[in-house]
Amino acid sequence: MPDALRGTGVSPGVAAGPVRSISGTVPEPPAGERHAGDAAAEGARALAALEAVGLDLDERGARAGGEARDVLAAQAMMARDPGLADLVVSKIDDGVSAPRAVYEAFGVFRATLAGAGEYMAARVADLDDIRDRVVAVLLGVPAPGVPDSDEPFVLVARDLAPADTALLDPAKVLAFVTRDGGPTSHTAILARAMGVPAVVACSGCMDLPDGTVVLVDGASGEVHPDPADEEIATARAAAEARAAALDAATGPGATADGHRIPLLANVGGPKDVEAALARGAEGVGLFRTEFLFLGRTTAPSEEEQEAAYRAVLEAFPSVVVRTLDAGADKPLAFLPPPGDEPNPALGERGLRLFQNYPEVLTGQLRALARAAEGLDVELNVMAPMVADAAETRDFVAACRAAGLPRVGIMIEIPSAALRAADLATEADFFSLGTNDLAQYTFAADRQIGALARFQDAWQPALLDLVAMAAEAAAEVGKSCGVCGEAAGDPALACVLTGLGVTSLSMSAPSLPHVRAALAAHTLDQCRHAAEAARQATDAVGARTAARAELPSL
Amino acid sequence: MAERRVRVETKVGLHARPAALFVQAATRTPLDVTVAKPGKDPVNAKSILSVLGLDAQQGEEIVIEAEGDGADALLDELAGLVTEKSA
Repeated sequence: MPDALRGTGVSPGVAAGPVRSISGTVPEPPAGERHAGDAAAEGARALAALEAVGLDLDERGARAGGEARDVLAAQAMMARDPGLADLVVSKIDDGVSAPRAVYEAFGVFRATLAGAGEYMAARVADLDDIRDRVVAVLLGVPAPGVPDSDEPFVLVARDLAPADTALLDPAKVLAFVTRDGGPTSHTAILARAMGVPAVVACSGCMDLPDGTVVLVDGASGEVHPDPADEEIATARAAAEARAAALDAATGPGATADGHRIPLLANVGGPKDVEAALARGAEGVGLFRTEFLFLGRTTAPSEEEQEAAYRAVLEAFPSVVVRTLDAGADKPLAFLPPPGDEPNPALGERGLRLFQNYPEVLTGQLRALARAAEGLDVELNVMAPMVADAAETRDFVAACRAAGLPRVGIMIEIPSAALRAADLATEADFFSLGTNDLAQYTFAADRQIGALARFQDAWQPALLDLVAMAAEAAAEVGKSCGVCGEAAGDPALACVLTGLGVTSLSMSAPSLPHVRAALAAHTLDQCRHAAEAARQATDAVGARTAARAELPSL
Repeated sequence: MAERRVRVETKVGLHARPAALFVQAATRTPLDVTVAKPGKDPVNAKSILSVLGLDAQQGEEIVIEAEGDGADALLDELAGLVTEKSA
């Protein structure tokens, strides 16, 4: 059997099946390629191909609906652009073949857009996709996109955009493997939501020929081409054993020796409540409130906010709400545009935004207090992006003024973890956001696929910061949860427990896996795993060392 | 030749949804319509790629020109699309 490929496992589970790839490699028509001489016919052929792609994009948008419809409609407009068509026809009149003329005409607009600022540079990828589709029609080769297949398959791609996956049939996808992307990429989030295994940052995966059977392990990140039947059987048996363990593990989260770790769900709005309840969430550890604010031209009224908050608060005994986390990368249309921030991750985002717009925060806090009135729920409110004690004090004061009793902060900036002892005396609880904490600790933008390895929550430096925050909270008898993606990794969940974390909040599909992993190990085993992981010098070493202490994983 | 000189008020400038609406409105008429930054070469207002390539940001001025019957009404509509603060 050929060597296994290794990437970053971002959604646990095991699956085996044939590869179907989104190749995205429509060949470039050779420079200097000429048509046979009938410019009128060649021009008509090119225009028909542009229109066909425009129609196809419109159709795909109509079928997908929602946000994808607008994205695809804008792309259809580009395919039907009269300026583009004029340029194509004029090149064909000069004797250039239709595919080459299309390729070159797109190139002209591509250069203009690539030079027109950061926002437009992102549209260049869209333009390349449209160009490839038109060239594919002219060459009679398959267009890039999610392949049609009658049998279930392992989807392999460079990376997946929302437009690629809008029409994906969940029943057909056994697993995802992508060359780019990180633990917070669209692929990873989609895979966890679907409950299928996924491996990202897997270099070499694009070389796997279509139809090759691969065994994908979404926990270890390994992708085995051409696995022997016994290996598939072994992996399936292991997966079934895990599934059985999942079924066996029910009830509140606890280690084998009864140390309680409440298992909570991350939710992005009332729509996520059902899945969280179905997977046995004991409460909500992270209620993101951006859904109410993003994409709005006027701020949501306090009444509208109250109703949305209440829909979540009435479903659980305990809910942690994160106040609005917006910034230059997630701008709010109803506020003046942020200043030019070359690095939005380091800009006026999260709690910092409210320095300028305190009324947005106070309105949200009032709506939260009213939403909880008369409900039997423990409402916890926390702020994102807190850097120091002064910010903590200000936020706590604002919450107290609104009548909110339990006020916490997210620890996602290294300064907050380093001085956690100062902050623990001000706030009622901590919640560690491991995704942003990794981004800021390693100075590695989480949106940049090439830096994905720095998003790995197993990095010992990150584990050290988690330990500092958890110890500082314990020192004064306060709780310290984790609500980043790390909490949903079963082995890492045991390590976090060993580091002193007091609750774990994750996307709903991860809950049974983490519940089973905790139930299979004692608190002492978790502590040993945590010590072993912190003694390693890198993420791979930490994961290996911890797993050696966790025999049931 | 009718002309409007307007300041772009939409938050995302003449990009994204405002750009799409702008081009759609221009495309609905048979008139020749152009848009330019002041003093620069005008581009076809029916070409989304050309309009995006202008990279007109919020606060920048643009010049819209059209010729023929109904040019004034069209220019009013187009100017309205980029001066709606809420978009």
